[in-house]
Amino acid sequence: MNHRVEFKDSQREIHHFRLRLMFCVSFVLLLFFLLLARFVYLQVIKHSHYETLAENNRISIVPIVPSRGVIRDRNGEVLARNYSGYTLEITPSKVKDMEGLINQLALLIDISNKDRKRFKKLLAESRNFNSLPIRSRLTDVEVARMAAQVYRFPGVEIKARLFREYPHRELTSHFIGYISRINDEDLKTIDAGEDSSNYLGTDYIGKIGIEQSYEKELHGITGIQRVEVDSAGREVRTVSSTAPISGNDLTLTLDVKLQSVAEQAFGDYRGAMVAIDPSNGEVLAFVSKPGYDPNLFIDGIDEQSWNELSNSLDVPLNNRALRGQYPPGSTIKPFMALAGLTYNTRTPEKTISDPGFFTLPGNRHRYRDWKQDGHGIVDLFKSIVISCDTYYYGLATEMGIGNIFNFMSQFGFGKQTGIDLEGEVSGLLPSEEWKQRRYKQIWYPGDTVSVGIGQGYSLVTPLQLAVATATLANNGIFHRPHLVKKIESGSNNAIIATTVPQAVQQVNLKAEHLDLVKRAMIAVTKPGGTAAWAGNGVPYVMAGKTGTAQVINIKQGEKYDEKKIDERHRDHAWFIAFAPAEQPKIALVVLVENGGHGSSTAAPIARKVLDYFMLGKVPKPLVKAKVGGHIEGD
Amino acid sequence: MTALGLLMCTSLVVLYSASGGNWNRVLGQSVNILVALVALWAMANLPLHYLMRTAVPMYVIGVSLLIGVALFGEINNGARRWLDIGIITIQPSEIMKIAVPLMMAWYFEKYEARLRFRNYIVAALLLLLPVGLILRQPDLGTAILIAASGFFVLFLAGLSWRVMLALAVAAAASAPFLWHSLHDYQRLRILMLLDPSQDALGKGYHTIQATIAVGSGGILGKGYLNGTQTHLDFLPERSTDFIFAVFSEEFGLLGNIILLGFYLFVIVRGFMITANASTYFTRLMAGSITLTFFTYAFVNMGMVSGILPVVGVPLPLVSYGGTSMVTLLLGFGMLMSIHTHKKLVQT
Repeated sequence: MNHRVEFKDSQREIHHFRLRLMFCVSFVLLLFFLLLARFVYLQVIKHSHYETLAENNRISIVPIVPSRGVIRDRNGEVLARNYSGYTLEITPSKVKDMEGLINQLALLIDISNKDRKRFKKLLAESRNFNSLPIRSRLTDVEVARMAAQVYRFPGVEIKARLFREYPHRELTSHFIGYISRINDEDLKTIDAGEDSSNYLGTDYIGKIGIEQSYEKELHGITGIQRVEVDSAGREVRTVSSTAPISGNDLTLTLDVKLQSVAEQAFGDYRGAMVAIDPSNGEVLAFVSKPGYDPNLFIDGIDEQSWNELSNSLDVPLNNRALRGQYPPGSTIKPFMALAGLTYNTRTPEKTISDPGFFTLPGNRHRYRDWKQDGHGIVDLFKSIVISCDTYYYGLATEMGIGNIFNFMSQFGFGKQTGIDLEGEVSGLLPSEEWKQRRYKQIWYPGDTVSVGIGQGYSLVTPLQLAVATATLANNGIFHRPHLVKKIESGSNNAIIATTVPQAVQQVNLKAEHLDLVKRAMIAVTKPGGTAAWAGNGVPYVMAGKTGTAQVINIKQGEKYDEKKIDERHRDHAWFIAFAPAEQPKIALVVLVENGGHGSSTAAPIARKVLDYFMLGKVPKPLVKAKVGGHIEGD
Repeated sequence: MTALGLLMCTSLVVLYSASGGNWNRVLGQSVNILVALVALWAMANLPLHYLMRTAVPMYVIGVSLLIGVALFGEINNGARRWLDIGIITIQPSEIMKIAVPLMMAWYFEKYEARLRFRNYIVAALLLLLPVGLILRQPDLGTAILIAASGFFVLFLAGLSWRVMLALAVAAAASAPFLWHSLHDYQRLRILMLLDPSQDALGKGYHTIQATIAVGSGGILGKGYLNGTQTHLDFLPERSTDFIFAVFSEEFGLLGNIILLGFYLFVIVRGFMITANASTYFTRLMAGSITLTFFTYAFVNMGMVSGILPVVGVPLPLVSYGGTSMVTLLLGFGMLMSIHTHKKLVQT
């Protein structure tokens, strides 16, 4: 066409083009503004949110487990300590084929069948994301070999840990107890408590004994390390850390040498012995035979050992001193005598004539004395010395169960002593009300007769009887028994707490009554007394009382014949004692299960313990009184 | 030009941090920049009619290479993008970033006087062929960039609003089908944008960690070399596609505003050149180059800050990588050439 049109067109076109360009510019500005708005939103408005996220990404909090408090006996002998060592641990959540992994590891280090079984058990009861030990106590060689190979096994680590150790093993098992790995049950308790954050890195917790009851003191305060980690979770550096505070150390009232003497004195017998300082309630020895090795429990006990322990007829896991309940037998007599004197049911002078049995009015049933022909004329003093049953049948009947209950409960019978161990049982001090509640039956006069000699419904724990004996020895002043003497800071040895003896309760007793009963108990250990043999040649003044707790009932007209009866059905032997009688430093109870008579088995054990305590005499290894055949033939 | 230089310096500085103090990376990028600058210089001195002549052969070669890739390409990260031509392996899609707008601008120039609707159709086909091939590789990022650059040419060439509206409606209507044709990982990326926390350690990881990096930077940033997300390895691909997250974490909102300022300056300058360009071809070319540069910047920053899906688009002139650096600077070389040669052509 012509130039004009083309020029016009081109002008129009440029105009058109520039319009479009302006549109583009506004479009660009709009989108950049959108970006800017987004930046402001992220970097200003939500900044703190993202900062936290970045911080959480970056910082990982690693708890530093404090070292657990050490437990020593009263002379500084270590009973529970820590040592460092290496474990090989597996984090189950990171492992797909556990069986295969363990098999591969077993090619490198020794993994026994016991280890595998123990690990399986741990696996079943632990949190999945925790690392669990497949082997502990690695040797240096094993550590070196594994360290070079461990990269091949994701989820497997070598960890340096503090291990708990109980160097005295069986000897201390029943009062120290043990720690063990935290299981789901413990976790619930921990999570419910206010201390849960303190257990973030903790794998072990006190399960029983002092380890359990003093868990708070022993555990310490967990330190915190804030570490920077990269995206793979590797630690890059430590940002800040708070050092852990070690658990407090405990010094016990217990003397482990005395404990050891007592254990030895028991020989192969089962039973319990509790020795208490009557002046303050300090427990000097706390024996329950047999014991078990608490070290087995720390990293989870293997099945075989567990079966051995739990299926044993000797029930080594049973704490007889704390939880065993037995009829007190004749050991109740000094207390009954005091009750009789206090309630004026008996005077010291009043005598009875013992034909060898007792009958209730209007009843032909004979309550027999242990001596078939009777003891003849018996007063209160003699009733204790020769342990006359008939005297106490009458005394109990006249006094009535109500008075017996009131008096005896002052000595702590029928209730927990309040010792610093958990799981204590309360024994049984029967009453009319109790029988009604328990059996929906009325109390018969015959029930009272048996209670008079510590049989029938009566049940005590060795600990209870020891506390009662200590109370008697201490003229009626009752101290709460305790095992821990002193709590010290684990880091600077500053004393945090000491147990100050406090009289919890005082039994109102007349001095002359106490004097009479104590004199009678001294006479028990002298010629003519039931424990004369055990008390033979004692250079200090020892007071005691024998007792026998029936295991099976002897039918009317039948005679108890020790030799005929199955060993496990023989009577339990008791002996309570304190010395020196004038100013008692020790009061103790010995219970020998199926030991027969108190005078022949229990009293000699008590004598050995007292000799060591009073004279420092270490007994020669006991000649075994029992033949192993008894057990095998069981 | 100064703005370009500053951006490239930023690249080196941020790269040093992003690579964790690795001088090799910085050195490598410096080489990339040098090579690209040579390309820029050569292009800036090239008279435009030479360039116009290369349009058709470049386009033909590019498309052939793309077909070659589709048939014999090397598979890398599950995508077939590279072609081994003996001496070096090249990524033909990168060539297309220049070849496509060049070809389209050439086409429009040729039919400038009597543009009809069918010309637009032909141009659109010229665009869709390589885009389709690249989508098949699959390389969504590059496909989007090329599609954008081509679309900008169409738009600037005066594609009627009505047609664009119709296309938009058609696109919306076909979205479900498009969705269907996307690869699984591409779909996931879009889903992740909607809710990245759904798969925090998997597909959403990139977006989440980048957003955290940007957000935790705050107004002033954590300071150079102090980005925790960067230096503790939480950020993926932090020297390439996600380098903006590093920058943003360490220099904060302030740094972002300055960076946006640089980009805006370059873009506005590009538009000025475009407005003053003498021929239809150069106008279209300059506009397309500028807008494509903008698209790079917007898509990258958008994806890092979590408003766009994760597509493989680098931050222009900053991300590590030689090819994109050369391509971009070639583009700027053309812009400069257009600027210097406008009077010559006018006369």
